[in-house]
Amino acid sequence: MKRSLERHLNILEFTLASLLRRRGKNLSLLAMYLLVVFILASLLFFVAALKREAAIILNDAPDMIVQRLMAGRQDLVPVRYAAEIAQIRGVAAVRPRYWGYYYDTLNGANYTIMASDDPALPPESAAIGSGVAKARNLKVGDLLPLTSYNRAPVMLEIHSIFSSSADLIAADTILMPPADFQKLFNFPNSQATDLAVSVRNPQELPTVAAKIASQYPDSRPILKREIQRTYQSIFDWRGGMTLMVLTSALLSFIIFAWDKGTGLSAEERKEIGILKSIGWETSDVLLLKFWEGIVISLTAFLLGVVLAYGHVFFLSAPLFAQALKGWSVLYPSFQLVPVVDLYQITVLFFLTVVPYTAATIIPCWRAATIDPDTAMRY
Amino acid sequence: MRRSILFILFITAAMTTFLLLPLHARHARQRIAGNDRQHNAQLQNLHVTDLCLATEARYTRHPAMADRHAPFQEHPLALEHFPSGSLVMPNMTERNKR
Repeated sequence: MKRSLERHLNILEFTLASLLRRRGKNLSLLAMYLLVVFILASLLFFVAALKREAAIILNDAPDMIVQRLMAGRQDLVPVRYAAEIAQIRGVAAVRPRYWGYYYDTLNGANYTIMASDDPALPPESAAIGSGVAKARNLKVGDLLPLTSYNRAPVMLEIHSIFSSSADLIAADTILMPPADFQKLFNFPNSQATDLAVSVRNPQELPTVAAKIASQYPDSRPILKREIQRTYQSIFDWRGGMTLMVLTSALLSFIIFAWDKGTGLSAEERKEIGILKSIGWETSDVLLLKFWEGIVISLTAFLLGVVLAYGHVFFLSAPLFAQALKGWSVLYPSFQLVPVVDLYQITVLFFLTVVPYTAATIIPCWRAATIDPDTAMRY
Repeated sequence: MRRSILFILFITAAMTTFLLLPLHARHARQRIAGNDRQHNAQLQNLHVTDLCLATEARYTRHPAMADRHAPFQEHPLALEHFPSGSLVMPNMTERNKR
């Protein structure tokens, strides 16, 4: 046991010395490897955390949203639809929703404006997301000047600011009483943006949706599970962001694993020949190369995953946030709750460490089984 | 000290940090569950349908409320040009096929 341990330690010692001899090449290889693992692990952490947030937030989504289409575009829904839909068997409640977008010409930001009938929100006041507060440099008690659709000024006093931990729900949101919403957009009294429908038995949702679609051919019901599925598909591996990062990182990994696997340099072949000629067994050479693969891949894997965790959960994923920001003036800070999916980390381990170690050993096995003299003559 | 022992110590430290990540995540979740993050009544009453991920276009701010034609409806021959439009896509559901 002790002898075997000593053998491994000696070979590891030789491996480290051999790696340090080609310091430049191996450090650049380690940096490249670490970067690939870091990007992949960051993506896994980011997506798992966003999926969790989406599941929690969308759990409160309405059972069904009913929109109205006009000439192929979403249009306002007459409020009378609400009373009529409420008569359908199985429907528990129908609530008209009033919301829209406001383009701020001062800073080029788009706000989501929602009417809230919360009695805690007094008239001519607003509750705003932390993104809006930051963009307009506002604090509680300040006045938020907006311009209505008929060019009249609308002044709202800031009643409260949502904490930045709620950014994924409301970073760009301005909540205001329905009267102020109506004044801001010159919104028609008898219409709403859409209708939120609650159904007593979730099993009946498709039936109720079919009844609504048949009763109002211009309507478009959107079920809660469709809303949830939208976010599952965004964060799915086939979703735009995931697929783009996954493909580029995996391709880079395949390129350098391929480079490693397709052959040894003349120097490495010569080294194997010398080792064999001074009495090393083929198994010793393979063990040497195994340790070489492990030193590079395990170091890159462990450091890559730990750095990715810090990048996503301590630094709010600046790499991915940049991609999602696009041209947005106003964006959430991705303060995500840490989630570690052990299954995905295990898959990442088998996708990166195992192929690389195998790609290191196989060409060496081919070189180590030929005559030392031939190996040295390469 | 031998280089091999130093390397083993380094890998052990890295492995310990790696194994502590799930514990840290669990602890952070328990800590956050205690505060008002998910229980802000004002926000819960809104029954939001979308996450605030990208605010540059209507269909990336509310992808669940949009359909696949939304990016091309700004004007005739309109092209989808917002960067986040390539990352945040509306889902292909029964309603999109209508």
